[in-house]
Amino acid sequence: MTAVATPPPTIETLAPARKPKNRGGVGSIIKYALALLFLIIVLMPLYVLIVTSFKSGSDIGVASQWNLPDKWTTASWEKAWTALQPAFFRTFQLAIPVAIISSLIGAANGFVLSRWRFPGADIVFTLILFGMFIPYQAVMIPLREIVTTLGIPPGITTLVFVHCVYGIPICTLIFRNYYATTVPEELIEAARVDGAGLLRTFGRIILPISIPGFVVTIIWQFTSAWNDYLFAIFLSNTRNGPITIALNALAGAQSPDYAASMAGALITSLPTLLVYVLLGRWFIGGLMAGSVKS
Amino acid sequence: MRRLRHWGPGLLLLSPSLILLAIFVYGLIAWTTKVSVSDEHNARGSKGFVGLENYTKLFTNDINDRFTHSLKNLLLFTVVFLVGAMFFGLLWAFILERGIKAEGFFRTIYLFPMAVSFVASGVVWRWLMNPNKGDNAGGLNAVLGSLGLDFAQSTWWTNPNWGMASMAIPAIWQLSGYVMALFLAGFRGIPQELREAAAMDGASTYRLYRNVIFPQLTPVALSALIILGHMSMKMFDLIMSVSGPQWLTEVPAIYVWQTLLTSDYAKAAAISIILLLLVAVVIVPYLIYTNRQEKNA
Repeated sequence: MTAVATPPPTIETLAPARKPKNRGGVGSIIKYALALLFLIIVLMPLYVLIVTSFKSGSDIGVASQWNLPDKWTTASWEKAWTALQPAFFRTFQLAIPVAIISSLIGAANGFVLSRWRFPGADIVFTLILFGMFIPYQAVMIPLREIVTTLGIPPGITTLVFVHCVYGIPICTLIFRNYYATTVPEELIEAARVDGAGLLRTFGRIILPISIPGFVVTIIWQFTSAWNDYLFAIFLSNTRNGPITIALNALAGAQSPDYAASMAGALITSLPTLLVYVLLGRWFIGGLMAGSVKS
Repeated sequence: MRRLRHWGPGLLLLSPSLILLAIFVYGLIAWTTKVSVSDEHNARGSKGFVGLENYTKLFTNDINDRFTHSLKNLLLFTVVFLVGAMFFGLLWAFILERGIKAEGFFRTIYLFPMAVSFVASGVVWRWLMNPNKGDNAGGLNAVLGSLGLDFAQSTWWTNPNWGMASMAIPAIWQLSGYVMALFLAGFRGIPQELREAAAMDGASTYRLYRNVIFPQLTPVALSALIILGHMSMKMFDLIMSVSGPQWLTEVPAIYVWQTLLTSDYAKAAAISIILLLLVAVVIVPYLIYTNRQEKNA
C-alpha cells in the first residue's frame, strides 16, 4: 500500500472506496485468476440446471451431465410449467400481500422504536428480535393445532398470516435502523412544535420519506415468502401450497425426471432471481439488516 | 397521566405487533413446552404430565440412539459449513477489497445463490453429488476425474460417516456470498485515516492487514458466525431437498417433522424445545451484546 487514494469512502456500503490500481505483477494475476476460478465454481450448478433443462431422452444421464444437449428441446420446460403453473400463481398471491402487509407493520413499529424511548424499550426490542431467530419447529405443533381447531383451511391465506406475524421482527429491525440513521431529529421536532401527534407525524411526514426502507423490506419479505418451505410443508399441501411444495413433489420422487426437475427449479427461482438482478442493491440492504447491527 | 399521553400513542401503534408476537412466539413456545412434558404420544392424546421423561428418553432410550445420531450429524454439518462459508466469504471479500475491475459484476455473481431457495438449489446439488465413480461418474466426481483427481471422488452425502460434511457443500455455495457481503461492508467501514496512518508509519501491506484491518473486522466475523450458526442449527429445506428425510442425513429439525408424521406430539415437542435452546444459547448473548454496543455508541 504505497499510494493512498484521496476520496473518502462513500456511505454506500459496498461500493469500492478506491479505484482499483492496475499494478500488474504476480499478485494481480493471482487475484484475477482466483476471482475467475470462483466465478466459474459459483456458476457451475447454474450451468448444469440450464443445459439439463433443455435435454431429452437418453441425453439426460449422470455421465453426460456436463455436456451440452445433443438436441435442444423445450419439452421439459413445458412439462415443468404444466406441473408448477397453479402453484406459481398461488405463490404470487402469497408473497405480494406478505411483502406489503409486513412492510407497513414494520414501518409503524420501527418508527415508534426509533423515536419513542419509553421505559423498557430496549428489552421490548430485544424480545421482538428474538422472534426472528427461533426455529419455527418450536411453534409449529400448537400452530397446526390452532389452525385445525379453528377450522382454517390449509393453504395460502394461513401462510400469508403466518409469514406476516413472523416477519414482524425483521421488518421492525430494518425500519428502526433506517429511521434511526436517516430521519433527522429536527424533522420530528418541527412536527411536534406544529402540534402534530405521533400518528399524524408518521402518516404525513415519515411515510413519504420511507420508500428506501420499503424497498428493502418488500424485497426481503417477498423473497422469504417465495422461498419458504418449512411453513409451507407444515401448513399446506400440493393442492393448495406454494411453489416450493410443488417443486419438491416434481423433483423429489424416487426416480425423478431430471430435465423437468431442473426446468422446474429454474422456473421456481426466476422471480426471486429477477428481483435480485433488478434490485440487487436493496436486496443486499435486507441481507445486512439480518446481522442486526445497522 | 402525562406519561400515558407521552408514551400512549407509540405504544398503541406498537401494541398489535406486541400482542401477536406475545401469542405466536412466546405463547406458542410455552404451549410446545407444555406438550413436551406430557404423554401425548398419539393423535388421541392423553395429556398427563410426565416431567422431563421425554427429554431424558431422547438421550438414553431412543431407538438406535436416533436423537444423538441427529445431533452428531448436525455438529459435523455445522463445523464444515461454518468453516467453509467463513473461509470463502472472507477470501472473496479480500479479493474484491484489493481492488478488481468489474467488481460489481463479481459481487453480483458471488452473491446470486442467496436469491435462490434451498429447495431449488437442492434439486441440482442432489445430482451434482451423484455417488457414481470412474467411467460412470457425473457431477462433482466427473469434474474431479477430468482434473486427474480420481482419488478425491466421493460418495458424498451417502457416506455413512462423513456424508454430512458433503451436505454442507451446497450450504457453503449458497451462503459464502452473504459472508462476503458482510466482510466487504466491514472492510469499507474502516476509516481511510487508519490506512493512511499505517502507511505513514511505513507499515507493509502484510502488517497493515494483520495489525490494523483484520482486528477491525472481529465484530463482523462474530455477526457472520452467529447468523450462519443459527441457520445451520435450523437447517431443514436443503437436506429435505437433497436427500429427503432419511437416517443418513437426519438432523433434529427433520427429526421433528418425521416424529410429527407418526403423531408423537410429545416427543416432537421435546426435540423442538432442545433445538430452540441450542439456538437461544447462541442468539441471546449475541442480542444482549449488540444491545450494549448500541447503547455505548
